[in-house]
Amino acid sequence: MTLQTEPISINFGPQHPSTHGVFRMRVTFDGELIVDVEPVFGYLHRGSEKLAEERTYTQVVTLTDRMDYVASMTNNQAYILSVEKLAGIVPEPRGVWLRMIAAELQRIASHLVATGFLIQDLGALGTPLMYAMREREKILDLFEMMCGARITNSYLRPGGVFADAPDYFWQALRQFMDDIPGQVDEMEELLGSSEIILQRTKSVAVLKPGDMVNAGITGPMLRAGGVDWDLRHRNSYDYYDRVQFDRPLHHASDNFARYWVRIQEMRESIKIVEQCIKAIEPGPVRPKSVPFLVRPPKGDSYVGIECPKGELGFYLVSDGGVSPYRCHVRAPSLMNLTLLKEMLVGTYMADMFVSFGSTDINMGEVDR
Amino acid sequence: MPTFLDNSWFRNIYCNLVENDSARCASGGWFGDGILPNNLAWLAYTVAAFVICFAILNALLGSVIVYIWAWRRVFARFQRRSGPNRWGPFGMLTTVADAIKTMFKEDVVPAEADRLIFNIAPVLMVVPVFMVFAVIPFGAGTFFVDLNVGILFIIAVTSGSVLAVVMAAYGSANRVAIFSGMRSVALLMSYEIPMAISVIGAVMVAGSLSLGRIVEAQDVPFIIVMPLGFLVFAICALAESNQTPFDIAEAESELGSGYLNDYSSMKFGMFYLAEFAAGIAAAAIITTVFLSGWRGWWPIPSQFWFFGKMGAVLFGMMWIRFTWPRLRPDQVMGLAWKGLFELTLINLLSTGIMVAVFADEEAPGDLFSANELWIMAAVNWVVFVVSIWAIGKVLAPKPYRAAMLEAPVQLYPVGVDEMPAVKAAGAAD
Amino acid sequence: MIGFGLIKGMRVTMRNFLRSPVTEQYPDRRVSPIEAAKMAGLNPVAFAIRKPAEAFKAATGMTSVPVKVKQTPRFRGNEFAWYEERCTGCASCAKYCPLGIIKIVTHPGGIDVQEGESYAIDVFDIDIGRCMFCGLCVEACPYDALHMGSQFERSSYVRADLVITVDQLKANMKRPSSWFRPQFEGMKYSPFEDKAMPEHKDAGRHEKPLPGQLTEKWVKER
Repeated sequence: MTLQTEPISINFGPQHPSTHGVFRMRVTFDGELIVDVEPVFGYLHRGSEKLAEERTYTQVVTLTDRMDYVASMTNNQAYILSVEKLAGIVPEPRGVWLRMIAAELQRIASHLVATGFLIQDLGALGTPLMYAMREREKILDLFEMMCGARITNSYLRPGGVFADAPDYFWQALRQFMDDIPGQVDEMEELLGSSEIILQRTKSVAVLKPGDMVNAGITGPMLRAGGVDWDLRHRNSYDYYDRVQFDRPLHHASDNFARYWVRIQEMRESIKIVEQCIKAIEPGPVRPKSVPFLVRPPKGDSYVGIECPKGELGFYLVSDGGVSPYRCHVRAPSLMNLTLLKEMLVGTYMADMFVSFGSTDINMGEVDR
Repeated sequence: MPTFLDNSWFRNIYCNLVENDSARCASGGWFGDGILPNNLAWLAYTVAAFVICFAILNALLGSVIVYIWAWRRVFARFQRRSGPNRWGPFGMLTTVADAIKTMFKEDVVPAEADRLIFNIAPVLMVVPVFMVFAVIPFGAGTFFVDLNVGILFIIAVTSGSVLAVVMAAYGSANRVAIFSGMRSVALLMSYEIPMAISVIGAVMVAGSLSLGRIVEAQDVPFIIVMPLGFLVFAICALAESNQTPFDIAEAESELGSGYLNDYSSMKFGMFYLAEFAAGIAAAAIITTVFLSGWRGWWPIPSQFWFFGKMGAVLFGMMWIRFTWPRLRPDQVMGLAWKGLFELTLINLLSTGIMVAVFADEEAPGDLFSANELWIMAAVNWVVFVVSIWAIGKVLAPKPYRAAMLEAPVQLYPVGVDEMPAVKAAGAAD
Repeated sequence: MIGFGLIKGMRVTMRNFLRSPVTEQYPDRRVSPIEAAKMAGLNPVAFAIRKPAEAFKAATGMTSVPVKVKQTPRFRGNEFAWYEERCTGCASCAKYCPLGIIKIVTHPGGIDVQEGESYAIDVFDIDIGRCMFCGLCVEACPYDALHMGSQFERSSYVRADLVITVDQLKANMKRPSSWFRPQFEGMKYSPFEDKAMPEHKDAGRHEKPLPGQLTEKWVKER
C-alpha cells in the first residue's frame, strides 16, 4: 500500500514576522521541500514615481528618503546625481566629500541591518540583531548631527549638501571611526565561525553568476557570485575614483557568501570614510548659483549608483519645467527579487526566509 | 503505609512535630494509633496529598514567574539593554502584570478548529511538566516522593508533551501549525532515545533508577565522571524543552510561532507557562542526575545548593539560547542520529565496562567510592575527547569544494566597452 | 574542531553581558542607590540612616529621575518657531511644502516694514498631523521668519489638535532649531538650554538694514 500524498501550499505574508515588510509568497511544499514559489508584491505601493511628477526637483528629495528607508542617504545621492546630470550642475567639492561620507556611513548601516536580520531569520533570539542595531544607532546619531533627522534625512541638494556638517559632527565621527572596526570584528567573531551558521548557510540557495547577470541582479549578491561588478569602481560617480578600496568577492554564490561579502564591504566602507576625512577641505558645500527651483533644460538623464543593495538608478525626463516630466526608479531590491524562485525551489522550508533575507530587500523600495 | 508517602514530608512533619517521636517514626508503626482511627487513614492521605500538591504547584508557578522575569533581565543584559525596570522593584512585577493581561484577553477559537482537541491541548502540555517535579529531590529530605523508578517516570511523562503539541497543531486546523506539529514529533522521537540511553550510564553507576539514590551515589558529580553522558543529556534536554538551537517547532522566523498560532488568552498562557516550566524541569533533572543534586558543603543548607546549581544550569541554557541560531530540521535529526546516538553508545560502553570491573560481587547494593569514581572519570574524559573529535570530523560543516574556489573569476561585460583586468580582492573560503 | 566556533560566539555574548547597558531610558531613568544618595547630597550611609524610606526605594530600583533626550541643534522639531515681526506673509513656505499642509491668509498692512510692505497674517495653519518634517518650508523662507522647532512630544487623541494655528505659533516658546539656519550655529546657540531665545532681530541671516541703507539700496537698484 502506498500513502497518497499531495503538495501543500501556504501563503506567507503579507503580514509575517520575517518577510521584511509587506511581502507575500505563495509557496508550495512537498513535505518540507519547496517545489514552487510565487512572489506577490505591491502591498506597499505609494506611487512615488507619479508623485515625483508633481513636485519640484528639490521636493522630490523628500520622496526618495522614503523608498529605501534603511538607506535614505544613498537614495538621495542617486537622485541628486541624476538631477545634476540633467541640469548640468557642477557640485562643490566639499559637498561631494560630505555626501560620500554620508553614503558610506549609510552603507555600513544598511549592511549591519542586513546581517542582523539574516541572523534573526536563522533563528537567533535577536542578540546579533541588537548588536547590529546598536552600531546603526551611532550612525543615525551622526546623521542627526548632520541634518537633524535620523532616517528621512533629505540631506542632499542639487550641487552638494544643504549645509556643512557642524564641528561636533567631526569629533563624533572620529570617535565612531575609532570604534566601528572593533565592532565589525566582534560581529564576525560572533557569527563568522559559528558552526550552526556555517551549516545553515553554506551551499544553500546557490545562484549561477550568468543567471544573475541576465536577471539584472547587482550589488553584494552579484559580488558573492564572483562577478566583479561595482559601480563605484566601474563608472565612478562623485569622487570614488580618488579613493582606494577593495572589492570583496566570493565565489560560492550562496547565503554565506552574501553574508561574507557584506561584512567585508563594511570594512571597505570604513576605509573609504577615513580617506574622505583626510581629503576633505574647507569650502562651500553647494554652489550659490543653484536656485531653489531647479529648471533643467529639456532632455533626460540616467545615473546609477552602487547603493547598499545594488544598482540604484534614477531616470529623469525634463520638459524644461520645475518638476520632472517622468521619473523612473531602477530599484535594486525589485531586481534582486527576480530570481527568488530559482533560489528557493529545492531548498527546505527553514532556509526559505534565510535565502530571502540574504537578498537584503526592502519592501519600500520594491513597491515604491 | 503506602510506599508513595514513605519518606515524605508528611511523615517527617507528622512524626517530628506532632508526635515528637522520631524513633517511632523510623520504625514505621507510627500511624495505626495516631489521631485518626484506621478506617479513616485514606482521609489523612488525601488531605496531606492535597496540601503538599498545593504547596508544590504554587511554588512552581511562583518560580516560573520569577524565571520569566530573570529571563527577560538576563536576555536584556546579553543584548546590552536594561530590560524591564518600570513596574515594581527591578521590574519584577512586569511578569505578574503580563499574566493578568493574558488572563483577561479575548479567548478566540478558530471556526474550523476541532474544539475538544483544541481546548484539551494546553492542559495536556502543562500536566507532564508539573508531574516531573513530583520526583525531584530539592534537598535532603525535601521531596514529594522518591519513586524507585524515578528516572523512568520522568522519561515516560515528558514524552507526553509531544502529544499535546500534535493535538494543538491538529486541533487548530492550520497548515503552518501542522508543519510545526510534524517537526515536533520528529524531534521528540529522535531525542528521546539518546536522552534515555545517556541516563543509563548514571543509573548503572548508582545502581538504581531512584533519583534519591542517584544523588547519594554522586561522591563525585557525574558531570565529571561521565562528561559524554552529561553533554548528550544536556543537548537532549534543550531539545525536549524546545529551546534554541532546537526550537524548530516554534520557529518564530518561519512558522510564526507554529502550533501556538491560533491560541490566545490563557490557553496561550498555559503553553507559555509550560515552556518555561519545562526549562526549569530540565535544569532540575540535569542538576539532580549530573551535578550531584542537593549535595554540597556543610554550612549552607542542601536546598540552597540545589537551587544554586539549578540557577547556574538555567543561566547556561539562557546563554546558549541568546547566542546561537537555530538548526534546520534535517540537521537537528542528523545531529540526533549521527552524533548523539553514537556518543551515548560510547558512553554506555565505557561506563559499563568500568562498572563491571569495579563492581563488588559480595555487596551488590554498595555505592562506588570516590576513588573508584575518579578513576572512571579519568578514563571517561579520554574517551570524551577522542569521541568528540571523531564525531566532529563526521559532522563538521563541509568546506567548499576546491574546484569551486579555484574557478576563474568570470567577468560579464555589462554596459562597458572595455573590460579592465581586475584582480579579485580577498576571496576567502 | 567542531564546537569552537560556537564557544567563540558565546564568549562574545558574555563579554557584552558584563558591560553596562546602552539603553536610553525615557521619560525617566531609574537611578542606583549611590546615585540617589548623591542627588540627596548625602553619603550613602547617611542617606540610609536619615532617609530610610527613600533609601529603601532606591535600593529596590524604584527611584527615578526625569531625563532629557539627547538631541542635536539641527533636530527638526514639531512646534514651529515663528517670528511675526519678520514674516511678510509671502507664503513661500506654503508654496514649497511638498504636501501642501500650510495655509496662509493675509491682509495688507503688516507690522514690521523691512524691504517693502508686509502683510498681516490672519491664518497660519500648519497641519503637523500630515507633516513629514522635511524642513523645506524653513529652507524656502526668505526672511528667516519660520524655523523648525526643537520639541517632539505632541501626541493627541484628536487629529484636529495637530493643527498649529497662528495663535499657537505666536504664543509658542521660541526655541528654533538650527536646521538651515547657520547663523544660529555661529552664535553658539542651542535650543535645549534654558537661556534667552533669540529675539526676532537675531534670528535673521543678515542685519536688519537701517532706513538710510534701505533707501540707498532701493535707489541703487533702480
